[in-house]
Amino acid sequence: MIAVPVIIDVALVVLALTLLPAAWRVATGPTEADRAIGADHAFFVFVAVVALLAVRIQRFEMLDVVVIGTLVGFLSAVFLARYISRSRR
Amino acid sequence: MSALQLIQSVIGHGAVVVGVLLFCIAAIGLLRFRDPYSRLAATTKSGTLGVCLVLLGVLVLEPSWSHALILLLAVALQIMTAPVGGFALGRAAFRSDAPMPDRILFDELHEHLAQEKAAEQARAERDAGRDAERSTAPRADA
Repeated sequence: MIAVPVIIDVALVVLALTLLPAAWRVATGPTEADRAIGADHAFFVFVAVVALLAVRIQRFEMLDVVVIGTLVGFLSAVFLARYISRSRR
Repeated sequence: MSALQLIQSVIGHGAVVVGVLLFCIAAIGLLRFRDPYSRLAATTKSGTLGVCLVLLGVLVLEPSWSHALILLLAVALQIMTAPVGGFALGRAAFRSDAPMPDRILFDELHEHLAQEKAAEQARAERDAGRDAERSTAPRADA
């Protein structure tokens, strides 16, 4: 409908670059909570990247992945929290 | 390109750009903050708003009813679940004894937990003492 300009491409590249601090935090977080927080950020970036990629390649079936990714990201955050607190409630 | 399409393009791309900038802010906070709680605040707040802005920008760029259904559902789920996940992570960080910020002034939950632990330990010792008396008493009779 609208010609896809270069803004979407740049946004995808920038989102990919924001994954680097998350990966660094997962690799070298001082505590386990820091690693879980990095993984949480990576999930947010994944959801945004899938939505932008659907616009970029004009395949709107990928928008279903956005809903699934949102739910899986929430479940992963909750279970990572359970894991790092190790049933100490 | 008509004026309406121009407005649509500007609003859609503007929302996407602002959302991506929020992701950048979250990434910088993830790198530079000093304790897990601040990093969690940066990630959860700007991550939630960034995802919502990007999804709404995609909806403005490609408007149709099926996209609106899916994307608004995703936005609602994100707004409902991301703060809950962030809260669970913060609680887990506290319970796993992550280091508190340097300049913190009040830490009432740690004090409360220490009191609770001491009370529980005293109760356990008292129960153990009573059990020991009860188990040794018949043996003394015999």
